[in-house]
Amino acid sequence: MIELTDVRKVFPARRGATEVTAVDGVTLSVADGEFAGVVGPSGSGKSTLARMVNLLERPTSGRVVVDGRVLTDLDDDGVRQARRTVGMVFQHFNLLDSRTAAGNVEHPLELAGVGRAERRARVADLLDLVGLGDRHASRPAQLSGGQKQRVAIARALAARPKVLLCDEATSALDPASTAGVLDLLRQVRAELGLTVLLITHEMAVVRAVCDSAVLLDHGRVVDGGPLAEVLTRPDSALAAQLLPAPAVAGATGDLVRVTVTGSAPEGVVLRTLAGELGLDVEIVGGSVETVAGRRFGRLLLSVTGDDGRLDPALQRLRDGGSLVERALPGDEPVPVDLAEPEPAPGADGDEPAFARLLDSPDVQR
Amino acid sequence: MNDWSRIAPQLAEATGDTLYMVGVSTVLTVLIGVPLGVLLTITAPGALSPRPLLHRVLGLVVNLGRSLPFIILLVLVAPVTRGIVGTTIGSTATIVPLTIGAVPFLARLVETSLREVNPGKVEATLSMGARRRDVVRTVLLPEALPSLVAGVTVTVVALISYSAMAGAIGGGGLGDFAIRYGYQQFRTDITVITVVLLLVVVQLLQWAGDRWARRLAHV
Repeated sequence: MIELTDVRKVFPARRGATEVTAVDGVTLSVADGEFAGVVGPSGSGKSTLARMVNLLERPTSGRVVVDGRVLTDLDDDGVRQARRTVGMVFQHFNLLDSRTAAGNVEHPLELAGVGRAERRARVADLLDLVGLGDRHASRPAQLSGGQKQRVAIARALAARPKVLLCDEATSALDPASTAGVLDLLRQVRAELGLTVLLITHEMAVVRAVCDSAVLLDHGRVVDGGPLAEVLTRPDSALAAQLLPAPAVAGATGDLVRVTVTGSAPEGVVLRTLAGELGLDVEIVGGSVETVAGRRFGRLLLSVTGDDGRLDPALQRLRDGGSLVERALPGDEPVPVDLAEPEPAPGADGDEPAFARLLDSPDVQR
Repeated sequence: MNDWSRIAPQLAEATGDTLYMVGVSTVLTVLIGVPLGVLLTITAPGALSPRPLLHRVLGLVVNLGRSLPFIILLVLVAPVTRGIVGTTIGSTATIVPLTIGAVPFLARLVETSLREVNPGKVEATLSMGARRRDVVRTVLLPEALPSLVAGVTVTVVALISYSAMAGAIGGGGLGDFAIRYGYQQFRTDITVITVVLLLVVVQLLQWAGDRWARRLAHV
């Protein structure tokens, strides 16, 4: 449904700032009906990447194909038409204060030239869908953050898009509202057969809803794939972000990392090391989570008392299908969750980037 | 001092002249100033429809109009006024310089108001497949409306003060009245009455404008 081929975005040098390559040759493919995530630290270019999917940001080079249409080959009119197949949800909602909830949902329908009666009916359906059937007349200022994002989702779905882009859609919400919005996204994806591309710096969001994800760093894809596959790869940088296992203070001894999956449970490792070999085994770091309905985890063990039998034992475990490897202190990457959400990317878009010169922080009201 | 029966109708007429001059020039100023302000806003670098050269030319024209003292402008545009109205004397003739003086003023206020609309709202609308004029029509102007109303109110008040000045060169209205009767005939009471009248008109307008702007704001 979404095909990005070697997409690059370079923001030209401006006064006081050097040229910035925000996205540096990204190739990405999202299948029909897939819920895909793009994660990365602040400034990794993930928002710019999302904005190139509907050409809010025109790529400097590369190809963007959505629903079989090569957007990068279209003229302005064609791009405008194509944008209607891609709904977009933003971190700060971007609802119009001059309109009611219903008026905001109606906006894209007006722009698409839908008749009044049909608009009314569609708005009612959409507000019911997002659970705000009783808030038609509410102004954005009268809604909570979670409710505003529900209105924004209803608005994004109004023109019956095939793709939904979510740019940090839950980053301005509290945990309860985040869970509600994610449930809603899962529900509309299932009911409407949408393809969703979700940009986030929150790994919990990816674990909760995504089928697949890519990890972006400095504008490049450093890792990615279906989560069920990524999480079985002990050397995966994305898995290390999704299931961080940093060592707690005071971890001594030999460090061993165990990747836990349904077919490679940790019990056999612990039994072998602690039971058969009689070594002292402590768990000094790890995460175990349900992802895509299955149990995945990464554990960091501290093993003391090794008399040369540890390495052969690890080899035996690997031969037996366990995912174990030696780890070094500090080789666990810092989780990007801790980073702030990235600020709006620089101005100078070919087309939109309206008055980005004026940095207007849109605080949640 | 009992000539009030003679003066009162003239005072009423002068007030009517002022309201007529200010009313018509306000309508004209809004009709020209708002589009000019929109153009200034959207042609800015990085804005909706960047046209750096046009933006700079418009900015220059607007600044020129704003930096000229109104009394000088009155004299300068006299030929234009004669061309349009046929005369440079009277309330109707005054509308031309009043409008020319107020348009750049309002255009800048409009520009400031529109720039305060969160760019995220523009972006969200573009993501729906909106054309640029749709963005102006359905986002920029409605979202900035409370602020635009406040800007028009300030412009009307400025127009009242300009109109008093225009009276000095034969424009009619309260300014003219105050100078002819109050100043030249040493009737301080008439001057005071005129000032009070002007004050009341300005207060009423400001109050009405503020109320309207507040009603429109849904923030």
